[in-house]
Amino acid sequence: MLNLDSGLSREATIINELGLHARSAAKIAKLAQPATGSVWIAKQDQKADASSIVDILTLACEKGTRITICVENKGDLQILEDITKLVESGFGE
Amino acid sequence: MEKDTQEIIIKGINASPGICIGKAYRVDREGVEVVEKYQIQTEDLPNEVKRFESAVKKSKDELLGILKKSPEELQHAHILETHLALLKDKMLYGRCIEIIKQENINAEWALKTVVSNLKDIFETMTDPYLRERSADVVQVADNIMRNLMGAEKVNIAAIKKRVILVAHDLTPAETSQINLERVKGFITDRGGKASHTGIIARSLEIPAVVGLKEATSTIRNDDLIIVDGNSGIVVLHPTEDTLVQYEERKINYEEYKAVITRESSAPAESIDGVRLSVMGNIELPEEVFALINYGGDGIGLYRTEFQYFNRNDFPGEDELFDKYKDVVEVMAPKPVTIRTLDINGDKAVNNGVLSEEANPALGLRAIRYCLKKPQVFMDQLRAILRAAAFGNVRILFPMISTYFELCEANRMLEKAAESLEKDGLSYKRDIQIGAMIEVPSAVIMADVLAEKVDFFSIGTNDLIQYSLAIDRGNEQVAHLFQPLDPAIIRMLKHVADVAREKDIKVFMCGEMAGTPHLIPLLLGLGMDELSMNPQTIPDIKRVIRALNVADTRSFIKEVLTQTTAKSAFELIKATYGSILSEQVYSE
Repeated sequence: MLNLDSGLSREATIINELGLHARSAAKIAKLAQPATGSVWIAKQDQKADASSIVDILTLACEKGTRITICVENKGDLQILEDITKLVESGFGE
Repeated sequence: MEKDTQEIIIKGINASPGICIGKAYRVDREGVEVVEKYQIQTEDLPNEVKRFESAVKKSKDELLGILKKSPEELQHAHILETHLALLKDKMLYGRCIEIIKQENINAEWALKTVVSNLKDIFETMTDPYLRERSADVVQVADNIMRNLMGAEKVNIAAIKKRVILVAHDLTPAETSQINLERVKGFITDRGGKASHTGIIARSLEIPAVVGLKEATSTIRNDDLIIVDGNSGIVVLHPTEDTLVQYEERKINYEEYKAVITRESSAPAESIDGVRLSVMGNIELPEEVFALINYGGDGIGLYRTEFQYFNRNDFPGEDELFDKYKDVVEVMAPKPVTIRTLDINGDKAVNNGVLSEEANPALGLRAIRYCLKKPQVFMDQLRAILRAAAFGNVRILFPMISTYFELCEANRMLEKAAESLEKDGLSYKRDIQIGAMIEVPSAVIMADVLAEKVDFFSIGTNDLIQYSLAIDRGNEQVAHLFQPLDPAIIRMLKHVADVAREKDIKVFMCGEMAGTPHLIPLLLGLGMDELSMNPQTIPDIKRVIRALNVADTRSFIKEVLTQTTAKSAFELIKATYGSILSEQVYSE
């Protein structure tokens, strides 16, 4: 199971029509890549490496899916906020 | 998946008889479909990883190039940017490198493994849109694959299982690389009956269908296909019923062939007691055994080009001599007609990298090339004269178009003999010399050429091509390649008449000689010898045995009054249909 330390994780809902597809996943990965530690996206009991588009895609998040975003290092908190904002804004689509 | 497995029947041109059932192996230059797996030595792993990285880099540069060109189309640009990010994705890029290192495996195979795993994951997704997003990953991977494989061409020499080759087109150089024991049949998009692929397939006795136009686009690697070389049909994804039906036809055809072969060692003697030599054409020395099995009375055409393909230098005199000697010794005392180099040797040896000629068929080839490269020619002439000491050798000069060329070729042959004498090597100078009659100018000058040779050998494929101006490899015009065109029949008549007048022999070694329904015509014209692909010898012998030569002589007069290929064909059918209808495989 994931270590979802309350301070280091955020929940969000996928609101965009087409779900979490390649282009939106690419946006998440772009934000996650500079992180100093791991960044995860979790859907129920599955988790994916947020820095990998392919891995995010394998989660198959359609519109309405609740996801949890979490970071390992406290130093990556800003990244956590940015990704959450991105998801909540519907990836600016 | 269901739509993929529906039976599809594709009609093409029957280029080589027989039926085979097997798995498709695509030989396409893009090569994406053909992925090979091989081990990498641990010390070579860094290089293999580097090879993968540079393929990815190349894909990246290509994408950046496209992006630069299309900044306006935002929607499109977004997709490309996603692809760009996918190129370096750890699950794709990182995973491939991991697999290469962990499994000591080639980059192509690692990529294929990663992609098929991902495809499996995507296929289980319920959301149709997301499921289709795997297309992005697959596209990116295909791109890398193309760059990985593009560096080296698909190596058809390395095929490991018995397959049916599926290709857009096969060049002579490519076919010469193929490990022919592994090939059950050929199908190609391009080409006509007399194309190179057809000739090779017939000489190897494997079925071939050419001129398919769609074959390579609809057939995938490992698809089950039936190749019916008798009727020119390819069946993709055959149903059970179709399979059973074709298995039966295959057995019938093979039985028919076996019967004919059993009778083949007896001489071909017509009803009125005229004996005709039925010879074989060969390309590889190994074919000699098939030729003997089929009852060939000798070799009417030994093509010598194969030794010049797939190498970076010219074969030396000794190397040529060894091969010729093998063939000559096995056949002795039966004649072996060695045709001197019929191609542009420089092109063959350099794998065609030299400047391309706009019209190679009208370009520097055969005797023209040899006279321009006296050293290449001299090596071959000396090798032939040396091999002649071991049996019954005739020499044949290809593509003679002028009297001067023939004189020059003879002069070179004399020089070769003199130099062998000087070197104290054993050889035989007293061999029969022949000229190929395959250019219209040679037909017209036949009476003059006859003064310089012991025999003519008519090469009907080129003669038809040059006379009717038809590229026989071009399926758009292949149907116009008509051996029964009145112009062709008149030319053959002229050559045969001149030969009789000048008291030299006249042979035929083109496709026409191996076509059953043309035999009455050829006998009527007075051909002294016919040479063909070995497996047609039994059938041609059977036809000759059923004919009366005296009748064919009067028949030919009637044929000469015909004004179209079609009416000449109808006449043959009306006169000799009963003999020819026994060809069970033609329907």
